[in-house]
Amino acid sequence: MKLSQHALFWPATTLLLLLAVCALFNPSFLSIAWRDGHLYGNLIDILNRAAPLMVVSLGMTLVIAVRGLDISVGAVVAIAATVAALMIGGKFSAGGDVASDHPLWQALLAALLVAAACGLWNGLLVVKAGMQPIVATLILMVAGRGIAQLLTDGQIITVYYAPFFALGNGFLLGVPVALWIAAALWGLLHLLLSRTALGLFIRAIGGNPEAARVAGIRAASITLCVYTFCSLAAGIAGLIISSNVKSADANNAGQLLELDAILAVTLGGTALTGGRFTLAGTVIGALIIQTLTSMIYSLGVPPEVNLVVKAAMVFAVMLLQSAEFRGLVLRAVRGGAKHA
Amino acid sequence: MNDAAIVLEARGITRAFPGVQALAGVDLTLRAGEVHALMGQNGAGKSTLIKVLTGVHAPDGGSIKLLGNDVAPTSPLHAQQLGISAVHQESHLLPNLSVAENICAGRYPRRAWTRGGGIDWRETNRRARELLAGLGIDLDVTQLAGGLPAALQQLATVARAVATDARVLILDEPTSSLDTDEVQALFALIRRLRDQGVSILFVTHFLDQVYDICDRITVLRNGKFVGEYPCAKLDARGLVAAMVGRELVHAGKAPAHAPAEAAQATAVLAARNISRRGQIKPMDIELRAGEVLGLAGLLGSGRTELARLLFALDDRDSGDVSVDGKPAKLDKPADALALGLGFCPEDRKHSGIVAELSVRENIVLALQARMGLTKFLRPAEQLALAEKLVAALGVKTASIETPIGQLSGGNQQKAIIARWLATHPRVLILDEPTRGIDIAAKQELMNEILALANGGTAVLFISAEIEEVVRVSDRIMVLRDRAKAGELPPGADEDAVFSMIAGGP
Repeated sequence: MKLSQHALFWPATTLLLLLAVCALFNPSFLSIAWRDGHLYGNLIDILNRAAPLMVVSLGMTLVIAVRGLDISVGAVVAIAATVAALMIGGKFSAGGDVASDHPLWQALLAALLVAAACGLWNGLLVVKAGMQPIVATLILMVAGRGIAQLLTDGQIITVYYAPFFALGNGFLLGVPVALWIAAALWGLLHLLLSRTALGLFIRAIGGNPEAARVAGIRAASITLCVYTFCSLAAGIAGLIISSNVKSADANNAGQLLELDAILAVTLGGTALTGGRFTLAGTVIGALIIQTLTSMIYSLGVPPEVNLVVKAAMVFAVMLLQSAEFRGLVLRAVRGGAKHA
Repeated sequence: MNDAAIVLEARGITRAFPGVQALAGVDLTLRAGEVHALMGQNGAGKSTLIKVLTGVHAPDGGSIKLLGNDVAPTSPLHAQQLGISAVHQESHLLPNLSVAENICAGRYPRRAWTRGGGIDWRETNRRARELLAGLGIDLDVTQLAGGLPAALQQLATVARAVATDARVLILDEPTSSLDTDEVQALFALIRRLRDQGVSILFVTHFLDQVYDICDRITVLRNGKFVGEYPCAKLDARGLVAAMVGRELVHAGKAPAHAPAEAAQATAVLAARNISRRGQIKPMDIELRAGEVLGLAGLLGSGRTELARLLFALDDRDSGDVSVDGKPAKLDKPADALALGLGFCPEDRKHSGIVAELSVRENIVLALQARMGLTKFLRPAEQLALAEKLVAALGVKTASIETPIGQLSGGNQQKAIIARWLATHPRVLILDEPTRGIDIAAKQELMNEILALANGGTAVLFISAEIEEVVRVSDRIMVLRDRAKAGELPPGADEDAVFSMIAGGP
């Protein structure tokens, strides 16, 4: 098989191209240093900031692979962040120390359980009520943020309890904790997909749901689990994000994250029609998106044209990844050569 | 007929796919106003030739002349504009549009801008009605296409294909989902088109249909051109010999396997009083170890519906199921699988294959589903199992890792049967397993079914072809109007089945 036919060839090429452009404008962009006991540099920064998106996109990949879609992940991020922040609370004690209302592990567990429950709800609407995935998850997308705002009375909750900050800001063995979390989740999924029949079943369900059912695959249960997992992943991302900004903002946490996640999955080469999916591609897709964002900042693009530039870049990236477009260009070039 | 003008002339068409030379120098000549049969076994290259003619695949070599001019169709739309239309095995009407919308799709009449522009629906309906009336089809054009019976959908598809003033009409197994009356209605339409001067290329697996309607036959074998014959000069025996490349030894009655013994065996699967509203009236059915139970009945008599009910693909409204005499929980396909049931569905594309998965993955799917998520068959085990079954059933595929969607229909069918053989089922339900596969493969399949029964499997064999049911079955159960008409003991002949279907004693 030719290298260019590998499923990850175009996503990886795109990412490398973007990094090369960054390096062109800023020669020190690719340098990595050891500072303050951890790795330091633009690349590390991109990896760290991309971690929540990676986590959400991994869940989204599986949902899309079973012909689903989950547009509620941004709302679930907000819910999980809110639940954790509320349970940690944060009062200053007399000595200036900050205590947690509930033990940290309870707060984190509660946030994840609530997130998983959200996913179960989505899954039930899709599997049992037979709703279109986009409609089923639209409900939670709208309601979820509302619930989070109700819980917080519409206020941004600031967290002062320092141990919570490790998730989004800490380092372990010199590498950001958030990156460890994303890597662990990827590793876990990879094991599940390669050591159990889950990968085969998901591809069968996504490829032909009716045939999968006739073959005796418990398509409904698996789909339910996949939606639950996706929300759980969004919950994890919510914890990382709120830890990073040391607060929970029900209005803005995870805003538009669902679209970035779908984009990351698509950029990575997973078919939106279901069946064909790649976790590694999704990780690359998330990195492409974060690299784009970092690039725009490091090139000093004025904030007001930020979104337009990002859209133009996404457009270019999608064209580069489109086999039809590449064919068109190739034909035009060859045709031109013939006429010349 | 030989003097009629040549409309389409393909010479020396070649086309290769990775690992397969699908066409190697094939000729085809269609004359005005003839019905021309294209015959060959699965994988002979019929589908590929059609795809070349309709612009789906570009040929590697050879030439196509239409009315004397060289043409090179680049897409089905282009082929249609040139005057070559095709109708495929399954109707391709859009189910959520009306018949008229389907027929006029892509060329809707517009209203003048003075009247607001947009599509002129009244004119759309009028044109569709006129077209259908001209073809002798009586149909309400405002109905949703999806609500029509398969046969009417097929007629409407043909009508749509000729609505573009087609000179050449390709019919790829148009009769495989139709019953006898419906086939006659289609044939009437084909004759009418023929008399209007359309050249029709007709692909089928039913030999009698060839002699019913065709004037000439082109035979392909392994991608090669065998010959072109007038129907009168080549009888059915000769045709089969040309297709398989040897004299076919007719099997006659399949080797019997002590049905007396089977009759005494206990029921592996017994259903009492099962029913589903609008589909199956309450009935009993019993499947015994080592026995083939044939299920006969007309299209719409409830054959497939009963099979789906037994495999719990649909929920039943009433009825109890027992396995080995003990009450069994059978509420979903996964339950059926756990109980040792297997089911080859009638609709291969929609509920059989997962087109993107490889032959290997398709074959291990049911076994893996029964073993569960965690007991994963290692790749080496999957490969060994799949290769064994592919060899045993003679599945023709470039590689075991080829996506199953790239295989010919008959080979897909064999692979789906292999999927269930891999689970060593105690009960195997085969819904139209021989549909769309060639004679030699049918014979192999029959032998396989008998071998299974000899091995102790209870088989439910469903087929629209009574002759097949009689040949392979020990007992025959007949359905009429979604109810059980009766059962025939071993040794019943076709006449007995027909008279029971017809409502006789």
